Amino acid sequence: MNTATETFYEVMRRQGITRRSFIKYCSLTAAALGLGPSFVPKIAHAMETKPRTPVIWVHGLECTCCSESFIRSAHPLVKDVVLSMISLDYDDTLMASAGHQAEAALEDTIERYRGNYILAVEGNPPLNEDGMYCIVGGKPFVEQLRHAAKDAKAIISWGACASFGCVQAAKPNPTRATPVHKVITDKPIIKVPGCPPIAEVMTGVITYMLTFDRLPELDRTGRPKMFYSQRIHDKCYRRPHFDAGQFVEAWDDEGARRGYCLYKVGCKGPTTYNACSTVRWNEGVSFPIQSGHGCIGCSEDGFWDKGGFYDRLENIQAFGIEGNADQIGGYAAAGVTGAVALHAAVSALKRAQHKPETDTSGKEDA
Amino acid sequence: MNVHAKQPALHDAAPIAPLGTADGGRGGGIGRKVTSIYVYQAPVRIWHWVNALAILVLAVTGYLIGSPPTSIGGEASDHYLFGYIRFAHFAAGYVLAVGFAGRIYWAFVGNHHARQLFTLPVWSKRWWGEVAFELRWYLFLERQPKKYEGHNPLAQLAMFCFVTLGLSFMIVTGFALYAEGQQAGGWADVAFGWVIPLVGGSMTLHTLHHLGMWWIVIFMIIHIYVAIREDIMSRQSIVSTMISGHRTFKDDDPD
Repeated sequence: MNTATETFYEVMRRQGITRRSFIKYCSLTAAALGLGPSFVPKIAHAMETKPRTPVIWVHGLECTCCSESFIRSAHPLVKDVVLSMISLDYDDTLMASAGHQAEAALEDTIERYRGNYILAVEGNPPLNEDGMYCIVGGKPFVEQLRHAAKDAKAIISWGACASFGCVQAAKPNPTRATPVHKVITDKPIIKVPGCPPIAEVMTGVITYMLTFDRLPELDRTGRPKMFYSQRIHDKCYRRPHFDAGQFVEAWDDEGARRGYCLYKVGCKGPTTYNACSTVRWNEGVSFPIQSGHGCIGCSEDGFWDKGGFYDRLENIQAFGIEGNADQIGGYAAAGVTGAVALHAAVSALKRAQHKPETDTSGKEDA
Repeated sequence: MNVHAKQPALHDAAPIAPLGTADGGRGGGIGRKVTSIYVYQAPVRIWHWVNALAILVLAVTGYLIGSPPTSIGGEASDHYLFGYIRFAHFAAGYVLAVGFAGRIYWAFVGNHHARQLFTLPVWSKRWWGEVAFELRWYLFLERQPKKYEGHNPLAQLAMFCFVTLGLSFMIVTGFALYAEGQQAGGWADVAFGWVIPLVGGSMTLHTLHHLGMWWIVIFMIIHIYVAIREDIMSRQSIVSTMISGHRTFKDDDPD
């Protein structure tokens, strides 16, 4: 019972966008996705013929930084995404209606577009105490999530919360906050981690899914390869300082002023996969390393539990004692060296004691 | 080519029977007869020393990668210090991995001593008894050690845990980390990239690889100490055996 939904192009024209601007937008989108010029007509064609995709955007345990990032997208403009590309039918943060009206819109969308809508999840459900740590519309969020996911075509996990759990799932995780893919196991899930994800990455993923009508290619952890296949480190403009051996040793030292590599002050660029060093933030103005602070690795699983943001080596918790690999290994090696020295001393002593006898006793045994 | 063919029935880890040289050497007291046997073939010895050198380079450069040397000044384009350190690490890593693959090959085609590193007779009660005996020897509870052609059972067990398992772990985790620099789609990524999500992320993998280094360093300390100690206190040659390949025995007594 699909009511004839307007195509993207129709919506854009209705809003007074000229064909010229429309083609420009298609070119920019193709460029943002890393596609060649031959894809521009394909994007245009898709926009002209495909009905707008309904999107339900739900919010669990989160801080809304994903939404804040999303609404700052420049290429494409978030206005175009929300008003022209998708049909954002439910998003309790952005929508005009509230309360029962909003909940009715959710039910209506699920009913009308059964199996055809995309479920975007910001935040994650806490499972402890039957989900009571996060209540939406008078019910635990996990129930809303399961309900909305049942008939979704695909799920987008926005941000580190939905993808990996983020700070609320950090040890000891009192509310048992659980990433979406561990609650919903029967739907295709695309993870777009980051705290928050880059705005252009978020809108880029949506544009890709609309244009090609499929999920983008994902890496081993379920993130789209086009934005998460390269390390921050490998595209970092400070990389020559890393290779040269020029590091910031302490904040505000000469190296920091000269823009040396932040490796020694705990930059997680070498272990983090994201597009910050290429796409950057706020219309390509800057990104954390460019502003002099190391990467904290926010698009990686469990980044809150991988040691301090300013330490090179991860903390290891064993027997309640925290240390890094060098401390633990160093103590163990020192302990073994001590044991060896002691053993050598006793060996020498024993040998000195027994030397006269062993020559004869050895023979007698034979 | 197998010189040891004279003694085909002997099991490596078992104490050896009295060597069948004429008993004339017994009586002298001072002029002990030295019997020797060819144990470590040339490829095993070459591997041992190449491997040792590679481990030395890997441990030093690996430590520096985790804790870089003090920053140097000047233009970035004038220096490549950290690049060279990392290059040495990767080059030595390749040497170690290729050497280890060659060593596995030699376990198949070499003499039976070459297999000791890879096969533990864990079902043999007698072997475990010998492990216990060696432990007692190291705890100064036994007066006289036994004679062994190859590794004694305790040494064999330690070699398996530290070298066979330790190096395998370092090769797998090392190439998984190498895959990150090589980027997605490279051979290392295809072969070892799956290790990263398996352990829970790149940062954790770095930590495990780092701990692995200390595992190998601890092995080096014990290995060098025990080799020298056994050379002095046991009844057979140890250190020179890894150079010449020949195990010489200090007495003709059985066991």
